[in-house]
Amino acid sequence: MNDILANTEKKTAYILTLPAVLLVFSIILFPIFANIWISFKEVELKDIRIPEPRAKKIVKSISDEPSKIKILYKLRNSSLIQEIRDVSFQDKFPKNFEIENLDPRCSYKKHNLKCEFGNWPAKYKENFQAIFATNDGSKIDKKNLKSIKPKLEGKSDNILLNTRFTLKNFKKVLFENEFVDLLLTTFYYTFFGTVGSIVFGILTAQMVNQKFYGRTFMRSVLLFPYVAPVVALAYTWELLLDPNSGTLNSLLLNYQIIETPINLLGQKYIEISILGFDFKLRLALTTVIMFEIWRYFPLAFLFILARLQAIPKELYEAADVDGASPFQKFFNITLPQITAVISILFMIRFIWNFNKFEDVFLLTGGASGTRTLPINVYQQGFAISDIGMGSAVSIVIVVLLLMFMFFYFKLLGKRVDEN
Amino acid sequence: MRTKNIILFSLISTFFLIFLISIWKILATLQGLSINSFNIEIIFIFGFLISLGHLGIGDRIKSIYKSIIFSSIFVFCDGYLIQKLPIWYNVGVFLILYFFTNKINKYTFIGLKEEHSTQVILFDFLTLFGILFFSFVILFPFYMMLVTSFKTQIALLVNPLDFSINFGQDIRDLFKSYFVIFKSYKFGKYIVTSTIVSVGTVIITLLFAIPAAYAVARLNFFGKTFLSTSILIIYMFPAIVLVIPLYTIFSQLGLRNSIEGLLIVYTATTLPVAIYMLQGYFKSIPKELEEAAILDKLSWFGIITKIIIPLSIPAISSVALYVFMIAWNEFLFSLMFLDNPNSFTLSRAIQYLSGDAETPRQYLMAGSVVVTLPVLFIFVYFEKYLVSGLTAGSVKG
Repeated sequence: MNDILANTEKKTAYILTLPAVLLVFSIILFPIFANIWISFKEVELKDIRIPEPRAKKIVKSISDEPSKIKILYKLRNSSLIQEIRDVSFQDKFPKNFEIENLDPRCSYKKHNLKCEFGNWPAKYKENFQAIFATNDGSKIDKKNLKSIKPKLEGKSDNILLNTRFTLKNFKKVLFENEFVDLLLTTFYYTFFGTVGSIVFGILTAQMVNQKFYGRTFMRSVLLFPYVAPVVALAYTWELLLDPNSGTLNSLLLNYQIIETPINLLGQKYIEISILGFDFKLRLALTTVIMFEIWRYFPLAFLFILARLQAIPKELYEAADVDGASPFQKFFNITLPQITAVISILFMIRFIWNFNKFEDVFLLTGGASGTRTLPINVYQQGFAISDIGMGSAVSIVIVVLLLMFMFFYFKLLGKRVDEN
Repeated sequence: MRTKNIILFSLISTFFLIFLISIWKILATLQGLSINSFNIEIIFIFGFLISLGHLGIGDRIKSIYKSIIFSSIFVFCDGYLIQKLPIWYNVGVFLILYFFTNKINKYTFIGLKEEHSTQVILFDFLTLFGILFFSFVILFPFYMMLVTSFKTQIALLVNPLDFSINFGQDIRDLFKSYFVIFKSYKFGKYIVTSTIVSVGTVIITLLFAIPAAYAVARLNFFGKTFLSTSILIIYMFPAIVLVIPLYTIFSQLGLRNSIEGLLIVYTATTLPVAIYMLQGYFKSIPKELEEAAILDKLSWFGIITKIIIPLSIPAISSVALYVFMIAWNEFLFSLMFLDNPNSFTLSRAIQYLSGDAETPRQYLMAGSVVVTLPVLFIFVYFEKYLVSGLTAGSVKG
């Protein structure tokens, strides 16, 4: 009896989870593995379109003979590089139609014109023509004729499915294209973006944890950058920072703080001298990191605030009795209580910032020293149209990600052990 | 000790005042006033004197008169003697000063003698400063987005700092950018597409996620732990590594430029978090209810629709809102999969608009307002649900 119950339970569970599992596996897991396959191939964007046989139907009336009609098919192979094999053709005609000249490759049965065109090489083109006459001499409806579309079918190789592999993509990714610079940029972006958003998160959470008028309103406002669409925010920032007539530069010029406009998003380096030392700051990268911090500190804020509100009040009361100062309270009570949250946040945000694409893409498009790994996937795959290269960069991302996750779960496991 | 505290107090409060007045001056400059200097030195001297004066006078004058007197003097000097500025600007300065003098009211000579008093003051003012600073930094871009959409390109070229809106003009001229983007750029259509995609994603995600989450939360089956951990791991994989294979597959299947294609991808990417959030909530529902239902010979379908769903409306709403937000804001897949303007979503349409360097910026900003407003509105209105969704699902972003 128990066995039967357990069995039905199992069955039910599989029925309930199957749709979700199938969808997630086919759209997320399968592409990750497909990346491995593609990354070992030399594929370009234009190769992935499956070649199709196409026909454009043109109906022409023949002068002096209203009961006859000429139909011209402009046949072509849509692909510029691949052959199509065994092309077959089919078109339907009204019942009163009889064919006048039958091409040897074709047959006309039951008002169906069927042809076998054999193999079409790449770029193949042919003008194929047929003349029809009505057997009852009635007028021909040209519009109706044109509305019937011919059907074409053919076989072709799918370049993705053959078994020719190469290591060229990985060689290019790892040894050309300034891979080290790419990694460093990604690392700067990820690390400083993460640290910055957590620092601001702590500050704002500490702030909102005090009692003041309009606190709930403040909490919603702080989350605005996180919930609003990236596209809108990125373009607004771009407008604000624009060197020609952007608000920030106009303001700074107006107050005579700067003499010439600064191109915050378009300039790779800026020279700064502090105490006689000259620094070269990656300006565009810094701006993009600022945007990143601005957009994601609300998340850190939300997490840390939730933790702060769970700290028992007694701890602070006891500290008050002992005569602790506000800073002592912050460093000795608050900070130790939120370290766990901060370390989890750091790992999660680090992984997500590492993968961030939209923000950088919309602000700079990866120009002026802001090319991160995800941007490189896009540039290789779609700007240079080298799908294989793009996939290879994706694989690099996945491998690094798995490494991060390994550390993350190890750390998490340790933490669980400690508690 | 006491003098040191007094000076520190005056300094801190003065810096706070400088900050307040500077923000007001920036906002006033952006209304087209020609203010070319913050006059920080003068504000500094005034602020310092006001703080000292406040301590010196103490309780001898009623605090309300004290505030008004200080504020008036400051306004007279800043808005009249140094540079003649319009009334509204001076009213603003007056209110800021009034707010400021009220804030420093609670500090007295005696209070400053207490232990840690400077730290307390620093903490108080840092909090105040933080609230205003972050409000400004966050709201300023949104404000600029809104006001730019009401300006014209020519007006902004003449004076790039004049963002004042002339409410006297005809309503058609005022909302011109909005009329243009709806008429010439078909934004009405994009709103419909975006809504269909987002609402569709929510519905399909819930249809798939509720049964799966129920199974994970309640039933025993082989591979359960594997499933729940793999959900979390899958969730960590970013869209950018899926893009190339999905692009090739969707191209070959003819799913690009179609709403169906977007729906499939959005559902798949939001499913893991939806399942994760829902199963956590389902676990908290008492088991006894279901056991009674099983005795009543209810099938799993009956249990889910009659017991689980009615009991978990709050969790389901927060998942729904969170998924809606993700789908509405999504950009990467819509960039990759849509290149025919007839099937654009709002985000993609704005990006397309910006690709043309000729597009006036007010149209771009009007588009941004159109895409941002619904999300902010939903967020403010359903904040309670969305915040719990954000905290649970916020590994993503």
